[in-house]
Amino acid sequence: MPENHRFHLAIGSRFENIELVQVVLNDSLERLGMDGEARHWVDIAVREAVANAIKHGNQQDPGKKVQVEAELVGQDLVIRVEDEGEGFDPGRLQDPLAPENLLKPNGRGIFYMKSFMDEIHYDPRPGGGTVVTLRKRLASPEAGSAERQETQA
Amino acid sequence: MKVSVRQREGVTVLDIEGKITIGSGDLELRNAVQQAVNDGAKNLLINLGKVTTLDSSGVGELVSSYTTATSRGAKLKLVNLPPKVQDVLTITQLITVFDVYDTEDEAIASF
Repeated sequence: MPENHRFHLAIGSRFENIELVQVVLNDSLERLGMDGEARHWVDIAVREAVANAIKHGNQQDPGKKVQVEAELVGQDLVIRVEDEGEGFDPGRLQDPLAPENLLKPNGRGIFYMKSFMDEIHYDPRPGGGTVVTLRKRLASPEAGSAERQETQA
Repeated sequence: MKVSVRQREGVTVLDIEGKITIGSGDLELRNAVQQAVNDGAKNLLINLGKVTTLDSSGVGELVSSYTTATSRGAKLKLVNLPPKVQDVLTITQLITVFDVYDTEDEAIASF
């Protein structure tokens, strides 16, 4: 990601700060040429990651920070969200589509992230906490242009 | 998020505008539905036409609203789903749970 698209934010653990992340992320994705529809779903996935970091990771302790970092790795947009919580075991997640869970009010955040991104994974954060990494493959204008040139030739 | 409540032909219509997301709109929706049910509403219609963002907490609040209404003997239906809201309810399979209508007239007539 060119320097002006890359960002790193550290926010206090308050839900209203999710809007700040959204503004910075949206601006960055717009500069990358991502259309409004694609930006919406990345925004939703990142909202879920940050909300989980604030709620389940940092237990809404405003003194604890959530770090949000975005960069371009090859053709992948990679976003990392770190909290300072007690850690997280993804193996304990319930399937929100199971009939017995369908009418539960919560438990859909990670399902959202998986639905709207190409890849997500969790790692322990050095020094405590969790890092969730979200990856989204971007359409490659260079590849499209090369294909068009080949077709013309 | 803004919630406006109006009555139409015996139906309590809740017009929602903006984001239904964690910390911004999720509690307002819950409170509005709770209030309507406490006031004796038996037919509730949530108009989502002006909803821009629905995160998993917002979905959770729609589910809570539905279960609250149903457990109190009221009916709760949805109308005017923007495509992004429809997508979310489809992937979460909640589209099969909610009674969803394209137009308010159809929804009102269904109660």
